[in-house]
Amino acid sequence: MIEFRSVTKEFPDGTLAVDDFSLTIPSHRTTVLVGSSGSGKTTLLRMINRMVDPTGGTIEIDGVSVASLEPVKLRRSIGYVMQNSGLLPHRTVVDNVATVPLLRGVRRKKARADALDLLDTVGLDRAIADRYPSQLSGGQQQRVGVARGLAVDPNILLMDEPFGAVDPIVRAELQQELIRLQHELGKTVVFVTHDIDEAFLLGDQIAILREGGRIAQLGTPAEILAHPADDFVASFIGADRGKRALHVESQDGSDVLVDADGRPAGVLVGRRSGTGPSDPSGSSDLSSRARSDAALDVTAEGLPL
Amino acid sequence: MTWLWSNLDLVWLRTLDHIVLSLPPIVLSFVMALPLGWLANRYRPARGAILSIAGLFYAIPSLPLLLMLPVIIGTSLRSPANLIAALTLYGLALMVRVVADGLASVDPDVRQSATAVGFSAWSRFWLVELPLAGPVLLAGVRVVTVSTVSLATVGAVIGAKSLGSLFTDGFQRGIQVEIITGIVATVLLALVLDGAVVFLGRVLMPWTRRTRRIRPESIATLSRMTAVRGTA
Repeated sequence: MIEFRSVTKEFPDGTLAVDDFSLTIPSHRTTVLVGSSGSGKTTLLRMINRMVDPTGGTIEIDGVSVASLEPVKLRRSIGYVMQNSGLLPHRTVVDNVATVPLLRGVRRKKARADALDLLDTVGLDRAIADRYPSQLSGGQQQRVGVARGLAVDPNILLMDEPFGAVDPIVRAELQQELIRLQHELGKTVVFVTHDIDEAFLLGDQIAILREGGRIAQLGTPAEILAHPADDFVASFIGADRGKRALHVESQDGSDVLVDADGRPAGVLVGRRSGTGPSDPSGSSDLSSRARSDAALDVTAEGLPL
Repeated sequence: MTWLWSNLDLVWLRTLDHIVLSLPPIVLSFVMALPLGWLANRYRPARGAILSIAGLFYAIPSLPLLLMLPVIIGTSLRSPANLIAALTLYGLALMVRVVADGLASVDPDVRQSATAVGFSAWSRFWLVELPLAGPVLLAGVRVVTVSTVSLATVGAVIGAKSLGSLFTDGFQRGIQVEIITGIVATVLLALVLDGAVVFLGRVLMPWTRRTRRIRPESIATLSRMTAVRGTA
């Protein structure tokens, strides 16, 4: 569990990046900090591994204040994945993945063997192990970045817009891969993004941030969709534009989901057509999904993003 | 030409002397430039001062410097050590700026990511920043190598034997072939050592040799994207 208690960060130039921020991040769940630039989300993330030290308040990991821990040692125990992968360009893929275990004194042979296993875990071919990062595609680089983040089997994985720089199709693949991994590994993931769709897709808990790290709303995707706290949240998640307000229209015997502007967003599956939404026996995919984000369900139906 | 054929062993000896005089300054100036260049890059206010002072050394004429050094550091005027010290100073004048620029050329994202995964400042310098500054450092070492080999000939004037001794001797005795041999051999030695430095760079920095290959995944992505476009 990671706990932010009244955390404040004022930079030397007087900018107040984060003002009195408190949040509890539960273990083995994915918490997404989502907000536009200037919301302090990356600053908050970096406070967890002491890349940034707060000017006020405390951050605790399982009850231990991070300020009492030695930064280098702390960082070696926390996985970190960043945008543009942040791989070391002068080291091969396998050496990049083995970086942190080697820093922690794991024997070279074992570190490399473990690194090869991790390539399997993140869905990479071992054939690329001896390539340099510049010889990989953006999507492959991000996967290597994730493998490196997992290399010391950390309890906590910090992800700073890790899929921000890849094209939409690769991003969707990487997101699915992360969901699969998280299902298997159950890490405490803190994920920063400005993409609300990504937040709804990946987050068990979502904190929508306004400027200065003020939490506009905290909740599960379903809670936020069902009851946006205010106009800011409604606008941020697209509810005010009708993007999230879908209704069913019948089209040639199929149920088509249509947004508030009348634009088709997908089709309703998991129920025979003609069964009304109020029918108690027909539980649709839409309502039964734990991550009940209709817009995301319909993308799986093959409509372009 | 008969002079050359009958004095090949002398040319070879002077070449060895020349190497013995040139290599230490090349290595020493590189090693000594590391902390100074690091300082200049790390502390911005110090940068201007360090680089200007280092650069100024290059402006000192070589003969006065060779005369001054014995007074300052106690070397004997005619010893190889005196010449090596002077050449090191010249190399340093070039290398400090190169090291500062090389370290500044390291991608800040890579530096930050190295910190984020748990490199200490010390390990980050040796394992990340220095290797990544490598291509710039290599370019600098090449200049210092060629410049040092050329400057080492001045040792002949104070009596430190080198290929330069062939000019002075040839000049005094009016043997033109000896003068030309000295010049050509100096240039050849500079080229050979430069080649050795380039080779060393390729061995130490294998990642700079590999060029980007065609990316299979991006091609697959492209074809999938066009497929989606086609059906949408």
